[in-house]
Amino acid sequence: MPFEKRFVTLDADKCKGCITCMKRCPTEAIRVRGGKAKILYERCIACGECIRACSYHAKKAVYDKMEIIDGYKYKVALPPPALYGQFNNLNDINYVLEGLLSIGFDDIYETSRGAELISEATRNFIADGKANRKPIIGTTCPAIVDLILLKFHDLKDNMLTLLTPVDVAAKLAREKAVADTGLRPEEIGVFFISSCPAKVYSLKSAFGVKAPLVDGVLSVNEIYFKLINEMPKIQNPRELSKAGVTGLSWAVSGGEAAGIFGNVSFAVDGLENVINILKDIEDDKVHHTDYIELNACSGGCVGGVLNIENPYIAKAKIGVLKKYAPVSKNNIEQTGKSREFFCQEKDFEVSQAFKLDDDRVKAMTKLKQIGGIYRQLAHLDCGICGAPSCKAFSEDVVLRGQSIEACVKFRLPELGGGKER
Amino acid sequence: MSDECIRLEFKVDSENFASAGSASEAVKTQLKLLGINSHDVRRVAIAMYEGEINMVIHAKGGTAVVEIYQNRVDITLADRGPGIADIDLAMKEGYSTAPDNIRELGFGAGMGLPNMKKNTDEMRIVSNPGVGTTIYMKVNLT
Repeated sequence: MPFEKRFVTLDADKCKGCITCMKRCPTEAIRVRGGKAKILYERCIACGECIRACSYHAKKAVYDKMEIIDGYKYKVALPPPALYGQFNNLNDINYVLEGLLSIGFDDIYETSRGAELISEATRNFIADGKANRKPIIGTTCPAIVDLILLKFHDLKDNMLTLLTPVDVAAKLAREKAVADTGLRPEEIGVFFISSCPAKVYSLKSAFGVKAPLVDGVLSVNEIYFKLINEMPKIQNPRELSKAGVTGLSWAVSGGEAAGIFGNVSFAVDGLENVINILKDIEDDKVHHTDYIELNACSGGCVGGVLNIENPYIAKAKIGVLKKYAPVSKNNIEQTGKSREFFCQEKDFEVSQAFKLDDDRVKAMTKLKQIGGIYRQLAHLDCGICGAPSCKAFSEDVVLRGQSIEACVKFRLPELGGGKER
Repeated sequence: MSDECIRLEFKVDSENFASAGSASEAVKTQLKLLGINSHDVRRVAIAMYEGEINMVIHAKGGTAVVEIYQNRVDITLADRGPGIADIDLAMKEGYSTAPDNIRELGFGAGMGLPNMKKNTDEMRIVSNPGVGTTIYMKVNLT
């Protein structure tokens, strides 16, 4: 991985050392040590499950504060369609876009526009037979990209090698700003407004691109509170929105897949469901499918942990906004860009964070030791030891110097612990 | 040292169709921990999964023994099912003796054994009608 990914952090004062987040983490990246939840960052995919799970609000997503925009002469916001689902009684997206201009941005560029272009580019990608292997797996959800690179190496060949909607919106927004203002590209600040820590992580660490395309990543919840003060003051907003149903639909699970039109596609959301489908693709059980959309969050991007509104209510609200919108307002021809413009600039790299050892013989020895430890444990997956499962604990004993006596079996004689006292 | 192996044993249960594949899943997890090349992991997983499904469909389950060596994986699938009357015919793509109710589930397309052959470097079938079938497979690791 490019650098240490600390995009989810712990407020140690609030952490009670319970095992809730640890049990919910899809990559077993959390341990409880010294009464506090500790993240093994090399395994973290920044999905935000632990933030969602924690009753004490001890887990925090990292993102940029609004003040970051002050460092730029000209500021462009990239609002995602999920943002529009946060407001009550909204019947016109232009109120949100005017609101963004009122709170300090000089221009806006909707990521739904990038989404419509990527939908078209994906259709071209399929028609041109560019897929290494089918089904093609969409790469817009960065938590899923990271999950595949961490645990499903074989599926790297299935991953779509196009940019994401935010990447495309960021590139086009900066070009437009340069043309509109005559400023140099670096004097322009382009800021995404994110529903999740994963998008903060992917944009800052430049997934699939050579260098970050945005200058900062803000959060939907923070922007929301600024917007609700400004939006009621707006009367007769201008026609700023330039996206249709195809782009808006990307906020909700199924929207990305629907943009593939005539090809066979489907969408899966929620990490548990996604992991199951990835296993099925790995075992060659998914046939006759061109494209699969995967979302870490239940419901899609409206389910991100940095949102305000309940995902299903947000979905319904976006449904209302889609009612009078045309199918799409953006196409590649209109941008004047070549097909390469929409392609990734560099390949994804798989992570070896789960590999026991670079030397296979040593790895085999460790695997045997892990098996040996596992056989002595209580097999309750209780989490008392501070590891999410007995298997993970066995690895901790062999790889991370954890004492086997941390297992509940050695602490409670009634569980038949091996130790005579 | 190169003769050292990790031996895994599984009972393939015929009770639940959905649980077929649990042995291949477990082996896959272990191979990934060893950092085995993903292409090789895929070959082992597919060969084992097809074998497990076959044991569930035709033989009411059986056993799977997997030995992971430094440079290869040996898989032995043994059952006490009806046996295979004509092995050459069974190896033909599209040939299947699976009952209709199994085919309705999308299995029994006659690709199981050919797929196992395709994904392994060596495969040997020993079968006695009425007694059972044992399949030995070897996958070389790169």
